[in-house]
Amino acid sequence: MRVNVTVNGSHETVDDVWEGESLLYMLRERMGLPGSKNACEQGECGSCTVYLDGVPACACLVAAGQAEGRDVRTVEGLAEGQPGDERLDPVQEAFAESGAVQCGFCTPGLIVQSHDLIERNPAPTDAEIREALAGNLCRCTGYEKILDAVRLAAERKAAAK
Amino acid sequence: MDFLRPVSWADALAAKAERPGALPLQGGTDVMVEINFDARRPEALLDLTRVRDLAEWDTADGRLRVGAGVTYTRLIDELGGRLPGLAQASRTVGSPQIRNRGTVGGNLGAASPAGDGHPPLLAGGAEIEAESAARGVRMIPAADFFTGVKRNALEPDELIRAFWTAPASGPQYFSKIGTRNAMVIAVCSFAVALHPGERRVGTGLGSAAPTPRRATAAEAFISAELDWDGRGPLADPAARRFGELVTEAAAPIDDVRGTGAYRRHALAVMARRTLTWAWNDHRAGAPAGSGREAS
Repeated sequence: MRVNVTVNGSHETVDDVWEGESLLYMLRERMGLPGSKNACEQGECGSCTVYLDGVPACACLVAAGQAEGRDVRTVEGLAEGQPGDERLDPVQEAFAESGAVQCGFCTPGLIVQSHDLIERNPAPTDAEIREALAGNLCRCTGYEKILDAVRLAAERKAAAK
Repeated sequence: MDFLRPVSWADALAAKAERPGALPLQGGTDVMVEINFDARRPEALLDLTRVRDLAEWDTADGRLRVGAGVTYTRLIDELGGRLPGLAQASRTVGSPQIRNRGTVGGNLGAASPAGDGHPPLLAGGAEIEAESAARGVRMIPAADFFTGVKRNALEPDELIRAFWTAPASGPQYFSKIGTRNAMVIAVCSFAVALHPGERRVGTGLGSAAPTPRRATAAEAFISAELDWDGRGPLADPAARRFGELVTEAAAPIDDVRGTGAYRRHALAVMARRTLTWAWNDHRAGAPAGSGREAS
């Protein structure tokens, strides 16, 4: 089937999508956007988190056909500026600087989920950060550096306003 | 496989009548797992996320009518004060991403014995509004809705339109056993709701029998035992007896999440604790919907 979807601000038409296919598969395998990671395929790990109409969701649990006419924003769409002259989002910068990225597989999902948290709650408490990230698994960092990164990103975003 | 995407409720009912084998799809948090893992290949998916009516809730005749497409996140944010037991249960579902997509309607459709939404619906005396193109609407009490493991009372041409339940008229609590605070399928769960106007206590057990179910003997016992007029203290033996009767209503199995014996023990503890919290709130004159976080 054909799916018309806006991804990172660009209107796209994707053909030959299988009816049982996930949004994650369509993004990664048909649209050249491998930033969202494919791990558990059952919503347990959060590494495929994307914005769907502005709300974070596990792309592996959204049927591709459900994205018809919707607006999707992936980790690739968080940086600002034109290709070649991009500026990372403060959440992305904070993750890189804080040592919150080790193998990196969980990072895109954590960044999208953290981005949403700070948008909705500019000064989250540690408990709120833990709750927001409860559905994102990381097997390398022990999470402390990730918490540091979210706190740093929130501070920078607040200072920039 | 076909992908059906009606935009109106009438079209959705027509599609389900024409294709009874089509699998309704809301947030996808159950259905897509089965498809991703090749555990299920329905002849068609019936995407209901475009049917706007399903994502709305309203009040009618003093009751809440909550569309099958209202997500857990919205239920917590918009109805948490009026449905505190269900909101507590909703907070234990999956993760923020899952709660942003998952719905009570989908929970009812899947009819898992472990579904977190079911015990509060049972305790609160909810009804499920089912509809078909051929026969129209029928109301199914939650207690009659679950017919077996992952089976419900829906006919092949029926869809879940909404659930109806009264706003809390007294304290409500939900409690759940799991290995961590997120991403947990209940080892077992329990919901209690006080209905002071009717001098009645409602209950719901989860993950403790082939279906979610009420503990009717426990309800009858404690409803008669409580000092509704004087709001006197809950006697410890009565609370313990309530827990025992809840346990007797269960028929738990041994599985990967826990043993039947553990589930029985845990149910008795959860029943006694949640009842105590609820009754203490009632004695303190706490307004309905003020239940503490208890999951």
